[in-house]
Amino acid sequence: MGWRLPLLAAAALLLSGGFLQADEKKSGFDFMAPETQAMQEDDLSNPGMLSIAEGEALWQARDNPHRAACAQCHGEARQSMRGAAMRYPQIDKRSGQLIDLQGRINLCRQEKQSAPPFAFESPALLALTAYVAHQSRGQVIAPSQDAKLDRHRQNGQALFERRLGQLGLSCAACHDAFPGQRLGGSIIPQAHPTAYPLYRLEWQALGSLQRRLRNCMIGMRAEPFPYGAQELIELEAYLMSRAKGLKIETPGVRP
Amino acid sequence: MARPSLQEAVQEFAGSADIRSGRVHLDIPPLVENGNTVGVTVTVESPMTASDHVRRIALFNEKNPQAGVAIFHLGLRSGQAKVSTRIRLAASQTVMAVAELSDGSFWSGEAKVIVTLAACVEDLL
Amino acid sequence: MTRALINVPKQARAGEIIEIKAMIAHVMETGYRRDAGGSAIERNIINRFTCFYDGAEIFAAELFPAISANPFIAFSTIATKSGAIAFAWTDDKGNTETTTAEIKVV
Repeated sequence: MGWRLPLLAAAALLLSGGFLQADEKKSGFDFMAPETQAMQEDDLSNPGMLSIAEGEALWQARDNPHRAACAQCHGEARQSMRGAAMRYPQIDKRSGQLIDLQGRINLCRQEKQSAPPFAFESPALLALTAYVAHQSRGQVIAPSQDAKLDRHRQNGQALFERRLGQLGLSCAACHDAFPGQRLGGSIIPQAHPTAYPLYRLEWQALGSLQRRLRNCMIGMRAEPFPYGAQELIELEAYLMSRAKGLKIETPGVRP
Repeated sequence: MARPSLQEAVQEFAGSADIRSGRVHLDIPPLVENGNTVGVTVTVESPMTASDHVRRIALFNEKNPQAGVAIFHLGLRSGQAKVSTRIRLAASQTVMAVAELSDGSFWSGEAKVIVTLAACVEDLL
Repeated sequence: MTRALINVPKQARAGEIIEIKAMIAHVMETGYRRDAGGSAIERNIINRFTCFYDGAEIFAAELFPAISANPFIAFSTIATKSGAIAFAWTDDKGNTETTTAEIKVV
C-alpha cells in the first residue's frame, strides 16, 4: 500500500477541491439497501421514532417540582425548536466555548433547571437530542456565517484529513476518496451528519454522532477522542459545513 | 452441548407429521446489510376459511445459537396468512418457515441469506 | 410505560382485511452476549405478544432471542366492530406492557 493510497487520496482531494461539489452530495440514506430506506421512511416502523416518543415525554416531564420542564420555557418544541439543529455546533455566548446540541441540552439542565447533566449516550440525552433535532427534519443544512466558527471548522477539517492510528487512515482517505465503494461488505458513505442521533442496526439502538466517530476511530485502530472532546465537536462543525445543501433526517436508520 | 439442529427444532414443532415443501413463501433479502435486523415476511397460500386455514407459522434458522426464531398463532379472524417481523442472523444461512394448517398438515418454505459482517470492530475491548 | 408504536388504520369497512403493525422498545437481550469482564449477560427478552380485538385473541406470537431489539411485528385481521384493539407484550420476568388503538368500522 505504502505511498499509493495517500497519493490517490491526495489526488482525489485536489480534484474535488477538498470537499464534495453540491450536485455530488448524497446522504448516507442513498447508499442503503431499499429495505433499510423503507425502515427509515415509515415513522411507524422506524425504531428511532420510539426514542422521539421518549424525547417528547421528557420535554414535557417535570421530574421535580422545583425544576421547570423544557416545555415551560420553550413551549411546543414543534415551533420553538424548528431549525435549532441547524445552528449547532455553535459558540456558547457565556463561555465562548464551541458546543453541540447535546452540550446545549446539558448546559440548560445545569444552568436553567439546576439538574445534573445527562451522561453521554444515556437514553434520556439521546431521546431529548433526537427529539429536538427531529423538529428540523426536512430542513436544508445552511451553516451559520458566524466568523468565530471558522477556526473551529478549520480545526475540524484538519482532523478529518489527518492520518491516525495503527492503520494510518484518515476520515478523508475513505470518505472523500472512495465513497460508494466497499470496505469489507459495507458501502462507504460520504460521511454526512444529517441523520443524527440515529438508529444504527449494528447497535440495535439510537446513538449519537460522537459514538459513530469514536467507533470509526476504534475501527481505524486509533485512540478515540473521549465523549465530549473538543475535537469531536470541531469535527462535527466541519462535517455540518461540508454537508451544506443536504437535509436533516433525524432520526435516521443506518446499517 | 451441541445446538439442536434445524431438523430437530422443526420436528419439535411438527411432531411426527410429514412436512411438505410448498405454499409457504419467505420474503427476505438475499444479501443482508446488517445481520442484527433482517426484515422477513412469511406468506402462506390459504383461503383462511373454517375448513382450510393456517393455525401456526414457525420461523427457524440454521446457524444461530438457537434454531427457533418465532411461532405465530393465526386463526379464522386473520383474513390472510401473512406475518412480518425483524430477526437476527448471526451468519450466512438458511431461514425456514413451517406452517401448520387446520387439517393437521404441515408445509414449509426456505430461503438462503448472505449476511455480511460490519467492516470494523466497534467497541473497546 | 415502555414506548410502543402501533399502526392500525383509523377506519375500515366491515369484512375488510387490515394490516396491523406493532413495535415496542426493548433491548431483547439474547443471553449469549458477554460483558467487558467476560461474564454472560442474562437473557431478557419479550417472549410473548398478543392482540385482542372484538372479544377474542386474534393473533399471538411466541418470540425467541433471534428476534431483533425493539421487536416489530406486522399481521392481519378482519375488521369486524368499531372499538379498541388491545396489545400485550410479556417479558421473561413476567412483566406485561399493554396498549390499545381505536378503530372505526363502517
